[in-house]
Amino acid sequence: MKNKIYETMDAAVADIPDGVTILSPGFSGVGVPRNLIAALNRQGAKGLTGVSNNAGTIDENVDIGTLVEAGQMKKMICAFTASTHPSQVTPFTRMYNNDEIEAELVPQGTLAERLRCAAAGIGGFYTPTSVGTELAEGKEHREFNGRMHVLELPLPGDYGLIRCWKADTAGNLVFRLTQRNFNPLMAMAATVTIVEVEEEIVEAGELDPDLIHVAGIYVDRMVRIPVGGIWV
Amino acid sequence: MAEKVKLERQAMCDRLAMEFQDGWIVNLGVGMPTLCSNYSDSSREIINHAENGVVGYGPLAKEGEEDRHLVNAGGQKVTPLPGMACVHHADSFMMIRGGMIDVTVMGAYEVAENGDFANWRIPSRKGGGIGGAMDLAAGAKRVFIAMEHNTRDGGHKLLNKCTLPITAPGVVKMLVTDLGLFEITSEGFKLIEHAPGWSAEEIQELTEAKLIISDGLKEFRFRS
Repeated sequence: MKNKIYETMDAAVADIPDGVTILSPGFSGVGVPRNLIAALNRQGAKGLTGVSNNAGTIDENVDIGTLVEAGQMKKMICAFTASTHPSQVTPFTRMYNNDEIEAELVPQGTLAERLRCAAAGIGGFYTPTSVGTELAEGKEHREFNGRMHVLELPLPGDYGLIRCWKADTAGNLVFRLTQRNFNPLMAMAATVTIVEVEEEIVEAGELDPDLIHVAGIYVDRMVRIPVGGIWV
Repeated sequence: MAEKVKLERQAMCDRLAMEFQDGWIVNLGVGMPTLCSNYSDSSREIINHAENGVVGYGPLAKEGEEDRHLVNAGGQKVTPLPGMACVHHADSFMMIRGGMIDVTVMGAYEVAENGDFANWRIPSRKGGGIGGAMDLAAGAKRVFIAMEHNTRDGGHKLLNKCTLPITAPGVVKMLVTDLGLFEITSEGFKLIEHAPGWSAEEIQELTEAKLIISDGLKEFRFRS
């Protein structure tokens, strides 16, 4: 069995080049691959495109906003390009207002389905979401069963940075509660999938095959979060 | 004449939550709509759904009882209930677009008499915050809105036509403000309940859209 375990977060992200697309999951601070993002921040790759639910928060935790603030991101594709409240000014907000970063705004369910579509080898899909709004302008429209839909295209990534609860040496992943969110989709939509694992990585065969959330064939690299790592 | 009272946010959300039926699957937007979950009625079972894929979660976690892996859509730590399930994001929005959500409650900047609403972008600010709002608006069986009746400087929010970019066309079914409870009918806003001390004429004066006054208009009704 191919060894997928890396000793450090830094080793796991060392070869990520400039200009690639990074899939970065997490929702409301849960399931965010903070240790891998911190390593990518130290590594310094630039000109990156990020796919994430939002472009970072106002709290001090490491997240995709850390890479935005460091000037490593060229573009963000996310469901929020403005904060829900004007008082919340993130590094992304400042840079976006100054035209220092590009962004594509995507409804959250469309973002999830575009990732799923990329993973599933589907060429595109029609959704009723955004029909009649300015977000649908310029998109192909088509009516099905009397209801208008817009065409949305797959959203693949070069590297997926993933946070999970349990894993085995084959790369099988298990998530806990709302940690799952975008993680399985991004693990499956990325060409290279790198995972930070909260619990000890157990031997293949020790996890129940019926309770796996992401099959190990999608996973390329895993690192257990070390003592002193970022646990929030 | 009775003293005029504007409804507090909790009272507004209590009134909408009274409309939830036994067994409904409910998605509450971040901010004011989450107050709907404080309304309890032991005769009904309400199943809470959040965009991050949790369905069947319980009340907010008390201090010291939080689970770092379990949050609602607003990032608040919540508690598990027996029967709770967690799925990934695509499956969560499959529930939303697939028609599993009986009602979503959201806030809004504007609602129009044709059921359009706007809650994701103000053109004077760059970018927008859609989150799951467009998917919920397109997919939920019912869209309810909770918002103040007027802007802070007295501007109108119940309009003939939305002025801001809309979130979805023609989907709002019910609206509560601090002044009234409204159904959105094919003819426009129908005032069905009013805040204590307010007449229909006084509410109309603060509203751009022409209100239809329900024959059965009464004061806000709360469960005793």
